[in-house]
Amino acid sequence: MSVETQPTLRDRFKLGLQAPICLTWELTYACNLACIHCLSSSGRRDPNELSTAEALALIDEMAELKIFYVNVGGGEPLVRQDFFELLDHAVDRGVGVKFSTNGTRLDKVRAKRLAETEYVDVQISVDGADAATNDAVRGTGSFAAATRAMDNLAEANFGEFKISVVMTRQNIPQIEQFQDLADRYGAQLRLTRLRPSGRGVDTWDQLHPTAVQQRELYAWLLDHPNVLTGDSFFHLSALGESLDGLNLCGAGRVVCLIDPVGDVYACPFVIHDEFKAGNVRDGGGFTSVWRDSELFTSLREPSSAGACASCGSYDACQGGCMAAKFFTGIPLDGPDPECVFGHGETAMASVPVSLRPGPAVDHSSRVPLRLTSSA
Amino acid sequence: MECAGSTKPVSENNKASSTTFDPTLAWRLDERVALRDEEFGALAYHYGNRRLVFLKSRPLVELVKVLEDYESASGAIIATVGEGQAGQYEAALARLATSEVIGVR
Repeated sequence: MSVETQPTLRDRFKLGLQAPICLTWELTYACNLACIHCLSSSGRRDPNELSTAEALALIDEMAELKIFYVNVGGGEPLVRQDFFELLDHAVDRGVGVKFSTNGTRLDKVRAKRLAETEYVDVQISVDGADAATNDAVRGTGSFAAATRAMDNLAEANFGEFKISVVMTRQNIPQIEQFQDLADRYGAQLRLTRLRPSGRGVDTWDQLHPTAVQQRELYAWLLDHPNVLTGDSFFHLSALGESLDGLNLCGAGRVVCLIDPVGDVYACPFVIHDEFKAGNVRDGGGFTSVWRDSELFTSLREPSSAGACASCGSYDACQGGCMAAKFFTGIPLDGPDPECVFGHGETAMASVPVSLRPGPAVDHSSRVPLRLTSSA
Repeated sequence: MECAGSTKPVSENNKASSTTFDPTLAWRLDERVALRDEEFGALAYHYGNRRLVFLKSRPLVELVKVLEDYESASGAIIATVGEGQAGQYEAALARLATSEVIGVR
């Protein structure tokens, strides 16, 4: 067997791995913001969320599986009282933590504590390069809170943190300003794709980029290979040269989500019964859900190109994002709703909006929220 | 929360460079690297530079694991995969040296 004649990594990854490469763990559904595109419809804590003891045991299981790092999100992770206990335990066990935060609770004390912790990455989310654009999506005061958190990290000498932006119709024109913001802090810019998931089901139509903007974004990303994308724009690879990354839907193959109550979903963007593989509280734990669940086994079987079979770009885009198709009512072997050739719009037009699947889990707050800020 | 990879996975095929790799020297798996065996080979994660690297064949994984038992990388290659394939395994090790998965002892 030679090194060079192996099947491509992408082909191997489609068959699944012993453990995920990209595991997202949402610690809580509680959040003090109410972003209009929240992919997990977060707001209220779920009374059934994993206890500290259960969360610690789950970290041990991750370590045994040699999951080298976990993407921690929510909800807002810093709302959990035991956040630093979990963080320290993960790092001690060799499970690096990359966590996303809205920054509202990232005060000077916590920034210092994070700066003292090894193997932790911090991503601060903003969705506009100025308060007006950002706050229209994330809520009044959220831009100021996020930049205050960036100031706190900089003051604590945290080093290079990440600024994470979901690309929308409204903020794509600000792309250079985002880069300037990152440069100002010596931070790394991370741009990711908006999905019609969670509360995004109701807002995607207004927020998702236009076809022209997608082309501009693609060209910009090719020119800026150091900008991180979480491999989320692989549907744009159909425009020509492949973007950096695996260019593959990793759901259930290299990617999955553990939600705050321990439910395991195929990816962070499909919190819906149809994509629930099991629960970490089940007998075999996370390991057996990952390795043996019916859903993940079926996702690892060869899939047909379906409606895209006759398209010359299928090999480049692989039909796009499963979650984006599901929540826009397009069959899973149909085109991505944002297919660069416009096939998605045709496919969507044949499904009435009323027949699109809604989010199955909703923890949205019932009352308007007020930002609790901390300096 | 978005999936993924704020760590950019770097395939061993990328960043090819043989300038840092001398097969006559003694090498070893870097102590900051953890390996996870997979059917296709292994994942290597470097806790220092936080890069994920893919080792794309089982023989390459075995070779990397036994490097430290030999006086030279060439010796390890001949003992594990044989002289016939020495060239391509040397190239593979050179790429792993560039991404700091292996280092000189």
